[in-house]
Amino acid sequence: MIETPEVLIIGGGPAGLAAARETVKAGCETVILDDALELGGQLVKQTHKFFGSEMEYAGVRGIWISEKLLAEISDSPNFKYYLHTDASGHYEDGVVTAIYRGEKVLKFKPAKIIIATGATEKTIPFPNNDLPGVYGAGAVQTLMNVYGVLPGKRGLMVGAGNIGLIVSYQLRQAGVEVACIVEALDKIGGYWVHASKIARLGVPILTRTTITEALGKEQVTGAIITDIDENWQPIPGTERDVECDFICLAVGLSPLSDLLRLAECEMVYVPELGGEVPYRNDEMETTTAGVYVAGDAGGIEEASSAMIEGALAGLSAANSLGKSIPDFGERKNGFLAELENLRSGPIGSHIREGLSKCVLKEK
Amino acid sequence: MRIKNHPILEFKRGRKVNFTFEGRQMTGYEGEPIAAPLHDAGIMVLRHSIRYNRPRGFFCAIGHCSSCLMEVDGRPNVRVCVEPLKEGMVVRRQKGKGELK
Repeated sequence: MIETPEVLIIGGGPAGLAAARETVKAGCETVILDDALELGGQLVKQTHKFFGSEMEYAGVRGIWISEKLLAEISDSPNFKYYLHTDASGHYEDGVVTAIYRGEKVLKFKPAKIIIATGATEKTIPFPNNDLPGVYGAGAVQTLMNVYGVLPGKRGLMVGAGNIGLIVSYQLRQAGVEVACIVEALDKIGGYWVHASKIARLGVPILTRTTITEALGKEQVTGAIITDIDENWQPIPGTERDVECDFICLAVGLSPLSDLLRLAECEMVYVPELGGEVPYRNDEMETTTAGVYVAGDAGGIEEASSAMIEGALAGLSAANSLGKSIPDFGERKNGFLAELENLRSGPIGSHIREGLSKCVLKEK
Repeated sequence: MRIKNHPILEFKRGRKVNFTFEGRQMTGYEGEPIAAPLHDAGIMVLRHSIRYNRPRGFFCAIGHCSSCLMEVDGRPNVRVCVEPLKEGMVVRRQKGKGELK
């Protein structure tokens, strides 16, 4: 059997849920596919309160945002979702295949597709980086905040961007020691509000420092960190041991763009956005007609902008399906203005630079 | 180790179920990924790499990286970080690429 929803959304994180809220409310038959065991993506792992404006649930802890988004649509007869379902293909005739619970192949032929698959974590090379006990920072969040299992007793965090800072704080919340945070750059990359929380807890943040080896035979029993110079080279004689039983890598994300490539969307490499991203117009539609992108899959940013992009993609997809949205123009411009606001100022400069390379003025 | 008290989070856990790992009796909560009770029990090595036989553990937690492929109920290459635990499951470290029976 082939299902024919009006809108198929791949990924039920902040972008996908916000997209579904718009398409479901506009009356589109909407299906979400998600490979996880629950909806919400990375939101369900965020214990901190979000900032931004009311539109992105400022002041609300991330863990509650997905419930709020879902509550708005979960009772609608035109909405359904499949969990533990991996979208596996996109074919020339517009058919999307998915593997349901590792056992059964599902087929969909939707009128519109919104790809909101999010991101995948990067890693860095160092001896023994494959040892058990070296984790992605997102994995530690999942283990700890979703499954309630501690990653270890004392960790080394690699990377002082927002994820490194936030996960370090979450580790402390769960009662886990953080030996230190090492950061190869000469400055803290994340927001100071997160860095200050960590500093107040007495966790050292060491800039111009990196991990040069994980220690252990069967699992991590420690690490070696080293100062680095302006050319990113280790400075001999500065190596020191860090006592830890796990290492957490928070060294950036790449867009999870496989499905976009399968859908033959024209892609471009944009380092500011974390990797290969699709060209898209101001309604989030890619160069493949009817295929939209939203959130980190279209460029690494953060959850607040992912939600707005999702809403914009959902609203636009519903509008192009001919659904009656009397205030379409006004709402679209509202979302665009909100995105511009989130990306303003010095922190958003690399995002603005990145987007200038992939947003098409005329499709 | 499980988190018992958390300042913000509450963990809704399913009913307790029994399963085996390498023949050893284990318990976990129904519906949680198989990797959770293994990690709780301090089992860090989930498989060995095919070429150099190096130990591999939990890494991405979202079914993307292949570090946690194990044999579950005779089926090889199961991603235990996303496979829900069920009563009576038989979990093993697979040999090499695993074999379809």
